[in-house]
Amino acid sequence: MQELRTLIGKEITLEWRQRYALNGMLLYIVSTVFVCYLSFRLKSNQLNPLTWNTLFWIIVLFTAVSAISKSFTQERAGRLLYYYTLASPRGIILSKILYNSGLMIVLSLAGFGFYAFVMGNPVGDIPMYLLTIVLASIGFASTLTMVAGIASKAENNAALMSILSFPAIIPMLLMVMKLAKNALDGLDRSVSGEEIVVLLALDAIVVSLSLILFPYLWKS
Amino acid sequence: MKNNWWKVLAVVLLTYGFYFGLMGEVPRRNILNESIRNVYFHVSLWFATTLFLLTSAIYSIRYLRSNNLTHDIKAVEFTNVALLFGALGCATGSLWARVTWGDWWPNDPKLNSVAISMLMYFAYTVLRSSLEDEQKKARISAVYNIFAFAVFIPLIYILPRMTDSLHPGNGGNPAFGEYDMDNQMRRVFYPIIIGWMLLGTWIATLRIRVRALTLND
Repeated sequence: MQELRTLIGKEITLEWRQRYALNGMLLYIVSTVFVCYLSFRLKSNQLNPLTWNTLFWIIVLFTAVSAISKSFTQERAGRLLYYYTLASPRGIILSKILYNSGLMIVLSLAGFGFYAFVMGNPVGDIPMYLLTIVLASIGFASTLTMVAGIASKAENNAALMSILSFPAIIPMLLMVMKLAKNALDGLDRSVSGEEIVVLLALDAIVVSLSLILFPYLWKS
Repeated sequence: MKNNWWKVLAVVLLTYGFYFGLMGEVPRRNILNESIRNVYFHVSLWFATTLFLLTSAIYSIRYLRSNNLTHDIKAVEFTNVALLFGALGCATGSLWARVTWGDWWPNDPKLNSVAISMLMYFAYTVLRSSLEDEQKKARISAVYNIFAFAVFIPLIYILPRMTDSLHPGNGGNPAFGEYDMDNQMRRVFYPIIIGWMLLGTWIATLRIRVRALTLND
């Protein structure tokens, strides 16, 4: 527990010193949203809700991939070796998942705010939509952290990251989009129960697999 | 010969399955008509593919436990066979979809899931080729393989059942066996499943032996 807290503290300090992910990614999400806004030729009020929703999640997905792919490459190999001698692999992966989840929640909520600001806000049930964003951020972060760990071991990391992560993240993305669509249409919340359960189950599978498999990855 | 009886069995079962699959009596159903014969090929190919992917995942787990490179070779070759059978399963399914649903690749959740999982396993081969060191390659791709299998099962067998799908047994449709198959068909269907599984294992073992020879050099 203590170890976990220290490791998360380390991630935050590192982030604070470089301010790469937070500022860079905020700018990334804002400019992507703006590009979409301009590409639709400012007729965003004619955008149908389905397109609105899909576009938002694609932006979030790409932001997540580029924000998280640096998780393992930002620090030099020597430093990683140093952590290897100090901390348990489970502590490392768990701290990275938690930190990335937090980062993704901040990024996607900010992204949602800006997106709704320029593209209009057709969401019927806002608290539910926000809940979806939080669940999705946690899910994306945990899947992508593991994949980033795998990709960082190989050369041409960036290409590999997208090849490996897109297929693996699609089940989650589909569930998220469905849940988001329900919230968008303002459907009764009981309708979405099943999706939330499946989403949580997928999260649980990914996190437990990461905990089991990461020690093998960390060894090499 | 003693250890090769199952290869003979594979040939016998597949010959039997192909002959009776194409020539045997089948029940007449609306829309399906003669294309119901495809259940012998398309469905059984996918059963075999799932079995090979499971075998591959098991060998990956065994590799991580033992660091024995032969387990890694087995995991790779079973994945390759699964990719081959999966491609055949897609091809037969596509033909069937053209005849019954009117489109080569209809927008159906199960088809999309299959496409995604094929991408995932192709990514596995790309991942392998981008790593140099044998042990490192084996370890990392084993980790990814287990991860991919854990995504494959919900993708193919759970998620399509939750949405509307054209496939039998999904989205509230009755499973195929409940109405459309009769006992006559089952007598062909089950042997051909076993036949494909044996044939795939045979292909995999041959390739594993070739790889093991180059490994020892």
